[in-house]
Amino acid sequence: MASKFLHAIFTDDDILLKAVKALREKKYSINEVFCPFPVHGLDKAMGLPGTRLAITSFLYGLVGLAVSTWMMNFIMIEDWPQNIGGKPSFSYLQNMPAFVPIMFEMTVFFAAHLMVITFYLRSKLWPFKKAENPDVRTTDDKFLMEVSVNENNVQAIAEVLHENGASEIKLIDNK
Amino acid sequence: MSHYESPIRKPLVTGDKSYHDVTLDVVRPVEGKANKSWWVVFSIALIAFLWGLGCIVYTVSEGIGTWGLNKTIGWAWDITNFVWWVGIGHAGTLISAVLLLFRQKWRMAINRSAEAMTIFSVIQAGLFPIIHMGRPWLAYWVLPIPNQFGSLWVNFNSPLLWDVFAISTYLSVSLVFWWTGLLPDFAMIRDRAVKPFQKRIYGILSFGWSGRAKDWQRFEEVSLVLAGLATPLVLSVHTIVSFDFATSVIPGWHTTIFPPYFVAGAVFSGFAMVNTLLIIMRKVSNLENYITIQHIELMNIVIMITGSIVGVAYITELFMAWYSGVEYEQYAFLNRATGPYWWAYMLMMTCNVVSPQFMWFPKLRRSIMFSFFISIVVNIGMWFERFVIIVTSLHRDYMPSAWTMFSPTFVEIGIFVGTIGFFFVLFLLYARTFPVIAQAEVKSILKTSGEKYKKIRAEKGDDANLYDEPDQEPLPNFTEQFNSKSNL
Repeated sequence: MASKFLHAIFTDDDILLKAVKALREKKYSINEVFCPFPVHGLDKAMGLPGTRLAITSFLYGLVGLAVSTWMMNFIMIEDWPQNIGGKPSFSYLQNMPAFVPIMFEMTVFFAAHLMVITFYLRSKLWPFKKAENPDVRTTDDKFLMEVSVNENNVQAIAEVLHENGASEIKLIDNK
Repeated sequence: MSHYESPIRKPLVTGDKSYHDVTLDVVRPVEGKANKSWWVVFSIALIAFLWGLGCIVYTVSEGIGTWGLNKTIGWAWDITNFVWWVGIGHAGTLISAVLLLFRQKWRMAINRSAEAMTIFSVIQAGLFPIIHMGRPWLAYWVLPIPNQFGSLWVNFNSPLLWDVFAISTYLSVSLVFWWTGLLPDFAMIRDRAVKPFQKRIYGILSFGWSGRAKDWQRFEEVSLVLAGLATPLVLSVHTIVSFDFATSVIPGWHTTIFPPYFVAGAVFSGFAMVNTLLIIMRKVSNLENYITIQHIELMNIVIMITGSIVGVAYITELFMAWYSGVEYEQYAFLNRATGPYWWAYMLMMTCNVVSPQFMWFPKLRRSIMFSFFISIVVNIGMWFERFVIIVTSLHRDYMPSAWTMFSPTFVEIGIFVGTIGFFFVLFLLYARTFPVIAQAEVKSILKTSGEKYKKIRAEKGDDANLYDEPDQEPLPNFTEQFNSKSNL
């Protein structure tokens, strides 16, 4: 059976949040909400699980630290030890203070870039990617809620949306 | 939904702006046509840039001998300009990262341009060490590449190499931070664009941003984590720049106070440059309702505080030189203040320590003309600070027979003027094609900090509805629609 959506447009973030809460109270699930700016509390109201990007960033940072340590140990200690200013490079630990700045920089480099790349991939953001917001006004000042419906609950859901201030409601075929 | 904010706080968006008004105000410079004064300023900047490019080509083809350097003073304008530009770059990250961590809402109106300024000025800074290499086509030798390639490995004990890593990390992380914030705003321009070409370009730039609730959740988390990473990063960058000097044994450079002193100076000069740019931009692009007097006042306070920190550092240096009992150190500072470069020292002291103290007076720090004037004075002063530190420490070395003075040639002056031109070329192009205000973020604080909503709360109480009741279409019979459509 081809599934269908209701697309409800809201003119304000406060109205949107009210409608989200009303729908969730009635145990209807919300497919998606498109907003022009981050609406605080919306993810919690929709019941979205928290994002784990911060954790990935920490792990990437550890990778950066490990890579920089391995790199400088190989270059300065193992492959070509040099006597620089009377401070010979025979052990990583003894030379470590001079390596701290780059250990730090590479930790930040890995943590920042790999996290952002993860974000772009998870949210499907890259050049030449086609935008998927169903209504162009959702990047300006309108909020669009997408709810999947069936024959039996479509009217009930539409009524909840209408009562809670949706300014336009449309039934859309899911292609 | 409570959007309460203490009424004592001044509004950050003035005028009765709705969400849609924010959109219109931000896209106006992008969708409109450039006026005559934009073209005039752009042409001047472009000519300066081309002149600088000519001087760079001349330097590279003839050699560093075209500069005013000599055997005593091996570092002068080039490194001064490098440190000056890197320093200017610091305000952008400070505004976008540190103020985000401190939840300062006033950053929203200025972070986009401050970050643009950061990226453009770090590009200028990066040019100088590359030119100074003499053979810039071998610039890749600073990368850790194997010695079979023709030279030894790079030296990880050297602060100059730390700088390579610090500045490239800083530039790339700032760029990514800036671009991630730009995605929703590019998407806004894309969705408004009428001409297919513009729609296509902004479609590519916006990476297909759609504004899903989940995307926004991730967006906010990524912004916060990037801010947390960028804060120590920005401090590390100028710390490492100061190591270029502090780890040497030259009297006047060899001081432990350098890292915090350089970072404070960088923030100081960066905020001055933000003020210079934004005071012009708010006027030219009609953004007075977003970049308000309140924003300028707050930036002036930062300038005042960091200027005072820099002043304390100058005096600490003098005290420590005397207290150290080291004759070389004592002479370096005596010579700095009273030697042949006393005028540069005086200029530095006046511009950087005295001039920000005017900002103690609310009347002065709320005056746009005065803020602009001080911002220029600070920019000049901070250039001279680097000149004083670098040239006065070198020009009288250990052997009086080698003592000399430095005077730049037209080539060095040309390159410096060229980077200013290049910077403004980039900034002016940015001002015409990019959303210069982080409109999505401004919209998210509009209800707490916008004048319109503050007024509603003042009139109708803190729990008043902050929206107009929507015009609703009558509800059609969806059950019927549902069946009729599926029967098709």
